Amino acid sequence: MQANLNSDVSASAKGARPQTEWEKIAESAQFQQLVRKKRAFLIPATIFFIVYYFALPILAGYAKPLMATKITDSINFGYLFALSQFVMAWALAHLYAKKADEFDHTASEMRKNMRGGL
Amino acid sequence: MKDFNGLAFGLFLVIVAITLIITYWAAKRTHTTSEFYAAGASIPGWQNGIAIAGDYMSAASFLGIAGMIALSGYDGFMYSVGWLVAYLTVLLLVAEPLRNTGKYTMADVLASRLNEKPVRSVAALSTIVISTFYMIAQMVGAGGLIKLLLGIPYNWAIIIVGTLMVLYVVFGGMLATTWVQITKAVLLMGGTIVLSILVLSKFNFNVGDMFDKAASMYGTKFLEPGLRFTNPLDQISLGLALVLGTAGMPHILMRFYTVPNAKEARKSTVWAMWIIGSFYVMTTFLGFGAAILVGKEAILAVDKGGNMAAPLLAKALGGDFMMAFIAAVAFATILAVVAGLTIAASSAFAHDFYTNVIRGGKATEQEQIKVARITAFVVGILAIIIGIAANGMNVAYMVALAFAVASSANLPVILLTVFWKRFTTTGAVVGMLVGLVSALLFTFIGQGVMGKNAIFPMQNPGIVSIPLGFLAAIIGSLIGKDQKAEEKFSEIYVRANTGYGVDK
Repeated sequence: MQANLNSDVSASAKGARPQTEWEKIAESAQFQQLVRKKRAFLIPATIFFIVYYFALPILAGYAKPLMATKITDSINFGYLFALSQFVMAWALAHLYAKKADEFDHTASEMRKNMRGGL
Repeated sequence: MKDFNGLAFGLFLVIVAITLIITYWAAKRTHTTSEFYAAGASIPGWQNGIAIAGDYMSAASFLGIAGMIALSGYDGFMYSVGWLVAYLTVLLLVAEPLRNTGKYTMADVLASRLNEKPVRSVAALSTIVISTFYMIAQMVGAGGLIKLLLGIPYNWAIIIVGTLMVLYVVFGGMLATTWVQITKAVLLMGGTIVLSILVLSKFNFNVGDMFDKAASMYGTKFLEPGLRFTNPLDQISLGLALVLGTAGMPHILMRFYTVPNAKEARKSTVWAMWIIGSFYVMTTFLGFGAAILVGKEAILAVDKGGNMAAPLLAKALGGDFMMAFIAAVAFATILAVVAGLTIAASSAFAHDFYTNVIRGGKATEQEQIKVARITAFVVGILAIIIGIAANGMNVAYMVALAFAVASSANLPVILLTVFWKRFTTTGAVVGMLVGLVSALLFTFIGQGVMGKNAIFPMQNPGIVSIPLGFLAAIIGSLIGKDQKAEEKFSEIYVRANTGYGVDK
């Protein structure tokens, strides 16, 4: 497949641009669906971790009484919230790794189909 | 403490011997440019993950954050959070597309779509600026710390560190760098785990008791935000630079080329996140342990920056041997980070600038590797000279500056190259230059450099320079068309998302 793709790309650079193999893949329904699935995970996940993380310096700066609220012994909400950031990062990383394995699977299925077609 | 510490020096020699054996072994396996820059893309994901952790956790994190927690309590712990969360940006947005579209450097990704010579030149410039500031901070820190820890004079400490990093990189390339980083990560985690267990054993393994004791000694304020950081906007600005800058740090990004494919790149990030996160959670025990068992006054008496909190804690808990061990670990930590910076700076000059800009990609394999080795040697010599010249200078702002440049100049163009069809060469060049210049400018007119009367009322420029970097890249792209960049987008987009063309 690789040889095919390369020759098509170089041919298209010279002439009046017939569609390249890459463009055909990019426009294929399967690829579009893969990208949609990825976006459906990545965009909310990114927004979530950014919001969750910046809540820490914002609360530490502007909500000191909340952060100082004692939960157990001398451990306060601020500490538990900071600690929860670690748990959040690890959990999201694992969730993504699991999702990404599915994306990989779809991508290699696509490739098999294309090999058959080419 | 400032006298010569024979025991620590002995352990330090053992570590040096181990790293030199690694280098000898790696040198026999380093012949091609791919082996030199990327260890032949043959490192398994989990090993690369440990190496990333070793590359990332500097002596400043180990000694600095433990000290910050010992002296400022909560704020020190809060500071450590951003260093881990930053890896979510790396994992979700950067690692896999970078692995799928590049070869040795971050500029490879840009050059895959854009006009090669201008984007490689500017990317090499920003990489060299970042590596230089980060390196100066590490070298000056290393000189001071080794003086405190081992009793070796500052200039000699710099020369020893500089010589070792040159040996690792020039002879052993990325393979030696990787294994030095893995060795360091294992030593650092081992030392931190032992110290944490010893601290907790003093409180019958009850974390609540430890917090109670800290509160009774230093008041509940010690456990609340505000002892150190007084300007929340400045903290948000720093957080932005960390969370977006880590994914633009050349020495970290380069590590993703050492694995065979995107799946291994992903695995390495998850491994790195477990190690880095556990480490920062444990620094709480080190910091609190030092505050309670050593005492703030005793820590400040040895070093005003609090950097000696962890070694003093080690002495209080395990005597001279434990302290010598922690000192040697801190030394190994410094070596691993500077080796990573050296190879990143060399790759920017030799691969991006010399091979692809000056020689138009036509240099032979032998010429390329020769230039890469000479560059690494020159980088090392310059680092020693600058390190000695910067003795006593205030370098505290330089690490933050490196992250600010990475987040303002590099990250926007990496993301836009992979995800935005309309992105152009002009956009990339303007974006990187504006990000770079504004990060530098707002740092130098900020409080980190000018003190209380600063023109820009913060220490961290990120909150201004990051949006400027993104805006410049977008506006620069909208003013003109870039036919080639648009035509190549489909290819890069498909490759970034699927790994076609790289995956074996």
